[in-house]
Order: sequence, then C-alpha cells, then structure tokens
Amino acid sequence: MIKRLASGLLLAALALPACAAFDVGQLMDDLARHKGGKAKFVEKKYISLLDKPVISTGELTYTAPAFLEKRTLTPKVETLRLEKDLLSIEREKQKISINLASQPEALAFIDSIRGTLTGNRAALEKNYLLSLAGNPEKWVLTLLPSDQKISALVLRITVSGSKNQIRSIEYLQADGDRAVMSIEPLEAK
Amino acid sequence: MSQAGRAFLLWLLAMLAGAAIVWNSRFTADMSFFLPSHPSAEQQVLVDQLKEGVVSRLLMVAIAGGDETQRAALSRELRGRLGKMPEFVSVQNGESDSQAADRDFLFRHRYLLSPAVTPERFTVDGLEKSISDSVDRLASPLGMLLKPLLPRDPTGEMLELLRGLNAGAQPDSKAGVWASHDGERAMLLIQTAALGSDTDGQENAIKLIRAQFADTAQGQGIANASLQLSGPGLFAVNSRATIKDEVSRLSTISTLAIVAVLFFVYRSLRLLGLGMLPVVSGALAGVVAVSLAYGTVFGITVGFGAALIGEAVDYSIYYFVQSGRNGLTDWKQRFWPTIRLGVLTSTAGFGALLFSGFPGLAQLGLYSLAGVATAALVTRFVLPQLGQANGQTRDLTPFGRRALHGMQTLRHLRWPVLALALAATATLFAEREHLWNPELAALSPVSPADQAVDMALRADIGAPDARYLVVIDAADRESALRQAEATGHRLDALVASGQLGGYDSPSRFLPSQASQDARRASLPTAEQLRPRLLAALVDSPLAAGKLDAFLSDVEQARSAGNIERASLNGTSLALAVDSLLLPHGAGWSVLLPLRAGEQPIDPSAIRSALAGNDALFIDMKAEFDKLYNDYLHEAMLLSLAGLGAIVVLLAATLRSPRRLGAVLLPLVLAVLLVIAGLHLLGERLHLMHLIGMLLIVAVGSNYALFFDRASDEHRLDPETLASMLLANLTTAIGFGTLALSQVPVLHAVGVTVGPGAILALLLAAIFAPRASAA
Repeated sequence: MIKRLASGLLLAALALPACAAFDVGQLMDDLARHKGGKAKFVEKKYISLLDKPVISTGELTYTAPAFLEKRTLTPKVETLRLEKDLLSIEREKQKISINLASQPEALAFIDSIRGTLTGNRAALEKNYLLSLAGNPEKWVLTLLPSDQKISALVLRITVSGSKNQIRSIEYLQADGDRAVMSIEPLEAK
Repeated sequence: MSQAGRAFLLWLLAMLAGAAIVWNSRFTADMSFFLPSHPSAEQQVLVDQLKEGVVSRLLMVAIAGGDETQRAALSRELRGRLGKMPEFVSVQNGESDSQAADRDFLFRHRYLLSPAVTPERFTVDGLEKSISDSVDRLASPLGMLLKPLLPRDPTGEMLELLRGLNAGAQPDSKAGVWASHDGERAMLLIQTAALGSDTDGQENAIKLIRAQFADTAQGQGIANASLQLSGPGLFAVNSRATIKDEVSRLSTISTLAIVAVLFFVYRSLRLLGLGMLPVVSGALAGVVAVSLAYGTVFGITVGFGAALIGEAVDYSIYYFVQSGRNGLTDWKQRFWPTIRLGVLTSTAGFGALLFSGFPGLAQLGLYSLAGVATAALVTRFVLPQLGQANGQTRDLTPFGRRALHGMQTLRHLRWPVLALALAATATLFAEREHLWNPELAALSPVSPADQAVDMALRADIGAPDARYLVVIDAADRESALRQAEATGHRLDALVASGQLGGYDSPSRFLPSQASQDARRASLPTAEQLRPRLLAALVDSPLAAGKLDAFLSDVEQARSAGNIERASLNGTSLALAVDSLLLPHGAGWSVLLPLRAGEQPIDPSAIRSALAGNDALFIDMKAEFDKLYNDYLHEAMLLSLAGLGAIVVLLAATLRSPRRLGAVLLPLVLAVLLVIAGLHLLGERLHLMHLIGMLLIVAVGSNYALFFDRASDEHRLDPETLASMLLANLTTAIGFGTLALSQVPVLHAVGVTVGPGAILALLLAAIFAPRASAA
C-alpha cells in the first residue's frame, strides 16, 4: 500500500513537469511578444503608519522595449517616465532626472518591472530568483532578491497575469508595508 | 685711480646693487600677467575668482586602468589618504558615507533651515495642508524614500530643503564611486587648501596626489593604473614650468647665436666680453626697473630678455665697428647722434606700453625701455673708458663694399616692392574681418592638449563652470547673508517662471541669524502644537499618536541654538558656504552662482529682476571677452600713440618732411608686408602682434636713420653699412628666437618683429636716396 502510494506520488511528481509545460522560459517568450499598450492602474499602498491605504490611480503606457510611462492622476498629478536608463519624475512643476546607470539599487528595482514587461529573463535573473506558478491563463511569477542591498528594500515582488498581460504587481517591503498595483488594459496594440 | 677704473668701478657697484635687488625680487608666472591692473567692479570679481575662488582650487582626477572594482578601490584608498592631509580641504569621489553627514546636518537643523517655516505652517490649517501633502507623496514612486522620515517630519521640511539643491548634477557612479560617462575611469574632485594664485602650493598638492596615487596603485598591484589630472592649478603649474623652461632655453639660444656672430667679427675674447657688457647691464636694469616699479616680475617679461639681448648688443656693435676705423672722437660726433635718436625712437615705442592697463604689457614696456636705455648709456659712457677695437676686429670693409654693390641692385626692386605692398594692403583690407583672434584665450600659455584633457574631465565630472554669478557686497557676515536671502527671493520668482534653473546660496545652509530667529519663533510649544495636530489630523489616515517624534523634534528645535559657521564643520556644506561667502577687504562678499534651466539664461531678465538691489549680475564669459576687447582697444590706441611719438621725435630732429617720409616709408612697408605675410601663413593676429608692429617701427627706425644720415653726408661707408647688417642680424636673432616660444605672447612678438627688422633694413636700403651711394 505504502509502496503503491509512494510510486503513485513518484509518478505524479514525474508527470507534473510534463503536463505543466508552462515554465519561466515560455512566460518570458509570451511577454516578449507583447509590444506595448495602455492600461489603467489602481495602486494601493498599505503603510503601517497609516490607518488606511494610500490609493493612487492613473494610466500606464508601455512601448517595447525601452519606454514606460506611469501617469498618476489622483491624488496628485505626477508623471514618471523611463526611457532606456533615464528616469524622470515630474511633479508640481518640478522635474527630477536620474540616470539609473549611476544608481545600481534603483536600477535593480526598475529592472523588476522592465524585465517582466519585456520578457528579459537574463535581466531578471541578474538580481532575482524567479519562481512561476499557475498556467498561461493565470500565472503568478515571484521574484526574490538575491542581492542583500535590494532585499533591504524589497523582500518579494509578486507579478500575476494572464497570457502576456500583466494584471497586478505586489511589492512586499522589508518593513512589512506593501503596495499592490492592479492593471486593467485599455487597448492592445 | 684712472678714469677707466672709476668708470668700471661705478658700473660694477651699480651692477652689484642691481643684482641685490634682483636677488630679492619676486618672480611669478601666474595668470596675473593677464589680469587688469585697474579692474572695474565686475572685473574685480573675475580676478578674485581666478586667484582665490573655489573653482580655482579644484583639481579633477581620473583614474584609468584595471577593472571597475580595482579602479573603485584605488579611488577609495586615494580619497582616504588625501583626505587626512592638511593640503586638501576636501576629497570627493561619490562614496555614500560622505553624503550621510550632509543629510544628517540638514535633517537635524531642518526647522531653522527650511524657508517654508512660518507661523502659518504650524496653525491647524497649515498643518492639515502640509501633512496631507506628505501623505499624498507616499503614493509617489519617491514615497518609499520619504516614508521613514514621516513620523519625525510630517510637514515635509526636508523635502523643502532638498528642493532647492541641484539633484541632477551628480556624476555617474560605478562600483560605488564616481565614474566617467563611458565607465572606464573613476573620477575624484579635490579641493586644495592652497589658493589658486599660490602656484607653489598647487604644485605641491599635485605632486602629493601623484605620489599617493603611485603608491596606492603599487600597493594594490595594479600595474596599468594611470592618473589624469586637470584644473586651474595644473594649468598654472604647467604654464610656469613652460615659461621657466623657455626663459632659459630662449636666452641660451639667443646668447649663443649672438656670441658666435660677435666672436666671428671681433676675434677677441676681450672685445666679446666688452661687447656683452651693455647687454648684461641692460638685462639687469630691465629686471631691476620692473621689480622696483611693480614689486613682482613676470616670467614672460624675463623671457622677453632673449629679444632684448639682440637689440641691446647693437649699440656695442656700432661702437666697435664704427669707431674701429675712424676713432672715438669721430664716432661720438658723427654716429652717436644718430644712435641716440634711434635709442629715443625705440624708447618712445616701448614707453607707450607703460600706460597699458594690461600689466604684462606694461612690464614688457618698462623692461625693454630700461634695458635699451641702459645698454645705450653703458655703450656711450662706460665702454669708451674700457677700451677700443684697435684694429683687432675682422675687416668688414670688403663685405661692406659687396653690400653696397648689392644695394645698387636692390634699388631696381622699388616698384615691385611698392606693388607688393599695394597687394598686401588690398589683402589685409579684404580680409579685415578675419584677421583677429577675438578671444583672450589666444594669449593663454595653456597648451591645447591640456585644454582638451580639461574639457573631457569637466564633462565627465560635471564640475561647475560658474559662468553666471550674482555678487553682493556687505559690511558684515550677517548683513551679507540677509542680502543673500533677499536676492534669493527675487531669484525664486525667476525659478518659478522657468527663466532660471536654480541658484546656490550660502544662506541655504547658513541662514542669517535674523531668519533663524524668525523661524524658531514660528515654532509652537509642545502644549500649543499637540491640540493643533489633533485637530489637523481628524480626517487624515495618519494618527496623531504616531507623531510623538515630531513633537519632540520641534520642541528641541525651539530650544537649540542658532546654526553658526562652525556647526557646518565635518560636512561638505562647510565648503559650499565658504566658497560662496567670503571675507573681502573690510567686508563680506556673497556669490550666488546661477544655473540655467531648460532655456538658456537671459541676462536682461536677471538684471531687471535684480533692479533696485545692490546685487551685481556678472557673466564671466562676457567679462573675459570685454576685458580682452578693452586690452585690444587700448593696445591700438597705445600703438598709435607710440607711433605718433616716434613721428614727432623724428620730425623734430630731421626738420624736413622729405627726410621724415624717407625714414618712415620703409617702416610702414615692412609692417604691411609682415602682417600680410603672417595672415597668409594662417596666423590669427592678436594683441601682441599689434605690439609687434609698433616694435617694428621702434626698432627698424634705427636702420632708416643711418641711411638718412648717410644721405645727409652724401656718403655711406662700407663699415657703417656692415655694422648695420651685423646689428640687424643680432636683432633678428634676438626676436627670431622668441618665435620659437610656445608662449603665445612671446611667439607673436617674435614672428612679427624678427622678419620685420630684416625687412625694415632691406626696405630702407631699397628706398635710400640715391645720393648716399656716392
């Protein structure tokens, strides 16, 4: 009995990779095929200091491979733009530009989003351990920082989606606070 | 004691006194050669910045070789070593620990530093607004950085402080230290304790950096590590080395060549020694005169000595060659008046430069004037006491005869020369827009290679160029800071409207005591603040209970003392304040460097914003250009005045318009041909070429005068002509040597006067009145 159970388990274990042909490589290929588009987002930040989450909403625009714009409309208008390695933030007539090449930690952080969007596995694996669960219709990709400097900021990044469309990103910060961004595609290019 | 002995003794005493003065003279090879002696208020700022400004004390360092990590390790160790040395005020390489001290200071003193701190900000409404802004900001991507500060700084004062700072100007970073844009070099920015004008101090600092780097690289075993360095200090050190090197090199070349020529003619060491006597006396007298009049002797002035040797030796040549055949008395009667007139025209030319506001030019003028006059006087009054040629010299008569014969042939060139001069005039007129180099940099002794390295390092490190400045003078530090704040308010309006990117101010880190007092007075007591905070946070997701740290920080700020200059010690902000707030004479000066935003700075907008304020707006580049244009304009006036003096002197002595014309024509033609020739050879003319033109007239007039005297006497002896050719040769050698110089000031004079002197003689011969050939 025990032997049958064991062999059954063994069979199941062996069979699992076979039926779930969906792996990180395939997801990356799917994501890489996504050439860009527009989406609405709602971001909720759960901060221990505050009694209720801070909610912001706005639009995301992505054009493969190097242009990403996050336009926050509420509570304050703010535009974050990423072009190659140049990150600029515009808020209240002020514009800050940061060259990410000079900020390795910020670059690693940005690469978690950019790498997922572009399906760039090498860029992701440079700083994170990847694990994938689910199927192409509903998948969850978990990124665990491999560098201590990054894990001092972010403990875990969870990206979930369907096919080649990202539907939510969750950041769990080292202090226990977390941010969840839900993404609703507006149109597909 | 014989008369000769007395004369020699007197001369010797004078020389010893001169040597003693020279021994105690201060020699310099710094920028002050070019800086105005009577600066305007704007130019004074320029001068102060160049001599003592922080920018003048910055050295940029690039480390190449090894890999990224090795370069970073070199950079860290070099910073560690140099940072401990008293020769360096600050060594920055982008390491994060250096920024931590600054951040701590700003955060600790935020309530006295933040311009947003007013009584209104701590009312219920003010708190509600600023705290809800801060909560909103947590939604921003930058929120993650701000979140840890929220419990202590819910009103966002730290952000107010950082808002005015220039965040975008940081260099790139690799492996935790600054790196060049291509990532191949680690970069450091070093400030020396020595002033920019202290060339010895700069040289010592540069040596230390190189030695410490070599030691570090060896210690870490990185064989191919190399260090590149640039900055105003290096320019000063290199320029001085170039000038020092050239002074000895050029003088040696010029002396050797002239001694060889003289020995060939005199065939006697005694005569050679006597012949050099006026030269040595003249050179010494020149340095003594400059030292006594100006206190400091510029290296370039001494370098001009190479030319002076060639000019001063002429008098003894005339003396020995001309008196050798005809005797001393005859020489004194027949030749000395002509030589004297030549000396006077030369001194009139050099003397015009004395009135220049360009100190280098005035020194060159005084040096040459004193040198030439002394050489002539020694020739006239000391040499005859000491000896005569007594027929020892090589017989130059056959040579003179051949030259006389050649002169007859040369006469046929009159019309072709006039045609050539006409063509030269036409060329110069047609090209008049492209003749001049319009920049002061044309005079700078900094080599193009050094300038290229400097540009590259500057671009990589983003070093400030400080082109636009607002300058304020005040009686004391407190009022200087108050005025800086008042001017800052006006500039804030321009920043808000986008006409200005930003500005630096010492009051950002060291506000006036008045502002600090006012800000402190705006802070409520804990008993007042607590209920207001509760009321302000009724609808906020932030509970007042989590802001105890805020209450205690405000309470602490209320009881803490004001920020003094000493409070800044240990941060890089101290350096920033010291470089922008300077004790100056009896008072204090504040500098507010301006940064352009998206659009370039419009000087008229800044000026109108500052109208009615004592602040002075300065565009450094415009000031430099104006300075050079002033020099050029002045040099033109002085050249014309010098020329005028020479003409008046000749007219008064010659008393004949025809003779005056005959003397001046070859000189004018020589100037025309030389300038056209230089232009065709691609030389961009600058101020010193202009001075060279004046010197062609001043020096060349000597030859024309001899031809004039000969025509007056209706004879030209072969010996006289030979002595003129010989004198011309030594003059051409002297000035020609300067043409070899890499120092543009000397080079320009050399290429102009060297050929000019030869042409002046040739043309004087060509246009000499026919009667003289008898």
